[in-house]
Amino acid sequence: MNIHEYQAKELFKKYNVPTPRGHIAFTPDEAVKAAQELGGSVWVVKAQIHAGGRGLGGGVKLARSTSEVRALAAEILGMQLVTHQTGPEGKLVQKVYIEEGADIKKEYYLGMLLDRASEMPIMMASTEGGMAIEDVAHDSPEKIIKVAIDPLTGFQSFHGRKLAFGLGLAVEEINTFIKFASALYRVYMDHDAEMIEINPLIKTGDGKFLALDAKMGFDNNALYRQSQVNEMRDLTEEEPTEIEADKYGLSYIKLDGNVGCMVNGAGLAMGTMDTINYEGGRPANFLDVGGSASAETVAKGFEIILKDPNVKAIFVNIFGGIVRCDRVANGILEATKLTNVNVPVIVRLDGTNAIEAAEILNNAGIANIVAATDLADGARKAVAAAKGE
Amino acid sequence: MSILVNKDTKVIVQGFTGKEGTFHAEQCMAYGTKIVGGVTPGKGGQEHLGQPVFNTVEEAVRATGATVSMIFVPPAFVSDAVMEAADAGISLAVIITEGAPVKDMMFAKAYAVKKDMMTIGPNCPGIITADECKIGIMPGFIFKKGNIGLISKSGTLTYESANQVVKEGFGITTAVGIGGDPIIGLSYKQLLPMFEADPETHAIVMIGEIGGDLEIQAAAYIKEHITKPVVAFIAGQTAPAGKRMGHAGAIISGGAGTAAEKMAALEAAGVKVVVSPADIGKAIAEVMRK
Repeated sequence: MNIHEYQAKELFKKYNVPTPRGHIAFTPDEAVKAAQELGGSVWVVKAQIHAGGRGLGGGVKLARSTSEVRALAAEILGMQLVTHQTGPEGKLVQKVYIEEGADIKKEYYLGMLLDRASEMPIMMASTEGGMAIEDVAHDSPEKIIKVAIDPLTGFQSFHGRKLAFGLGLAVEEINTFIKFASALYRVYMDHDAEMIEINPLIKTGDGKFLALDAKMGFDNNALYRQSQVNEMRDLTEEEPTEIEADKYGLSYIKLDGNVGCMVNGAGLAMGTMDTINYEGGRPANFLDVGGSASAETVAKGFEIILKDPNVKAIFVNIFGGIVRCDRVANGILEATKLTNVNVPVIVRLDGTNAIEAAEILNNAGIANIVAATDLADGARKAVAAAKGE
Repeated sequence: MSILVNKDTKVIVQGFTGKEGTFHAEQCMAYGTKIVGGVTPGKGGQEHLGQPVFNTVEEAVRATGATVSMIFVPPAFVSDAVMEAADAGISLAVIITEGAPVKDMMFAKAYAVKKDMMTIGPNCPGIITADECKIGIMPGFIFKKGNIGLISKSGTLTYESANQVVKEGFGITTAVGIGGDPIIGLSYKQLLPMFEADPETHAIVMIGEIGGDLEIQAAAYIKEHITKPVVAFIAGQTAPAGKRMGHAGAIISGGAGTAAEKMAALEAAGVKVVVSPADIGKAIAEVMRK
């Protein structure tokens, strides 16, 4: 789960990670009020959406008067902001963050994430502030300094010194930086964060460090104990069908092909997509029905798949371990009663109670349900059906 | 022969009396696994499925001599259960539970390593040595005895591969579902040498997926140390970048962890990589008949 910049900055403030002052606004009037409260003569109007690259897309702009704040807020609010992370349709901007202007002397990058190789959180810093870190990692990896922080010891000053000297900071700046990094580590650990990105981190004219931007993502498995983070969830930023699927214990991701897939297990679900691709078709979605697929959840799965008008055929591929095939077969029959399944459904059920399942489907005698004998056979039939063959 | 577990392995179940623990412990016992007891704090002294229940893992180990624990406790209690097992001298913990917080696993794994306890999972189907011992939730009947070792990040792809191997007339020595979370216990790099050393295992199937670099590490290891034929499939060739594909760890981030780079690394290490998971069985038949 991700949160907005202004929300991440709220968490930062609680932990004394310095950020510029700012207020959230939903209307141009509120934007002007926010600017007046902040005072000063320069403000930044920043679109709040869950995607990076907002500046390049025209979602972050500088204002030198309150009337300019009003004009920019009016322009940005309600726009479909397109960035390299939103897809071509962009994302609707529903709120803007009004922030005081900062005196930028130098820009850096500072981030944290779990390093799967060392199995520890790492902090990464770079002098290439404002650049996409993926590009820096690709073009000049030597410009990224990384430290792994053993959670058993926590953040120590030496971690901070390694980063600070690596960034070429002046000796008198080092302690300020260490304080910043150490507080950031606590923000990360205390909230079960998965990722923090500050790009740019800035050094101001008077030698302070400020998080000019802030991006945070969290471990979904830990949300049960992060009530404050949970309250920050913005459902309008998420795909509605994915949220609905989640309610029923289904894991769904929409793709752009025309062969719908319903599979148990994430690995087999990906493997099924790959097989469809290999057989010359294109998968319309990823859908893992999980380990406890009941008639109700399977029926829901059909409903969600069929919301996508591109779907021309559905491939149900279940290998029964915990989930019994006869239950899936009943789910398929139930679904044909609950939803109008108007496309061919190719069904491959194998594993626990596969024979009973085949009997259930055969006895039902439904015309658009086609049985498949194995994975390759099912994928071939589904691809052919989607092509209208 | 086999790896890690066999018909003599003594197993306890943490979360023994819960719904999942009960159902699957019963299934494992029916398969032949020596389940010698279980742990449910507060229910010590009772009997469940004909076996003793203990309040602590330490008591269970002392009374039964168990060396392996199968963990079924709810996600919030997984790290506690793993650390208790490690503290009590268990040598292998098989963590079935799905949904444990990553931070918890970070601490639990570090502690397990310190105490010399191996772990499998979390969020995995477990481990099975065909016809001898099943510690997990896989449908046992698929795994006919044979000479193929299996390592997989995905549960259902484990079943799919084993089924294909059996249909081609071969069978399984041991199959290990290592799980697809960001932090897992035993991985390819630790399991491959075990299969290499097992005289009964003649070839190895390795199922990976997008995200992380464990498959890349495995490729480097195979190149240097593995002489037995390896067949591999990497799930997620058609997965979009930046989207989490069900498993917490299955995500292409910052352009890294793609199926293409993993497949290339494995191929360069001499592994027979199949593009379609439907070809795993055929590929095993090919390398075995050479």
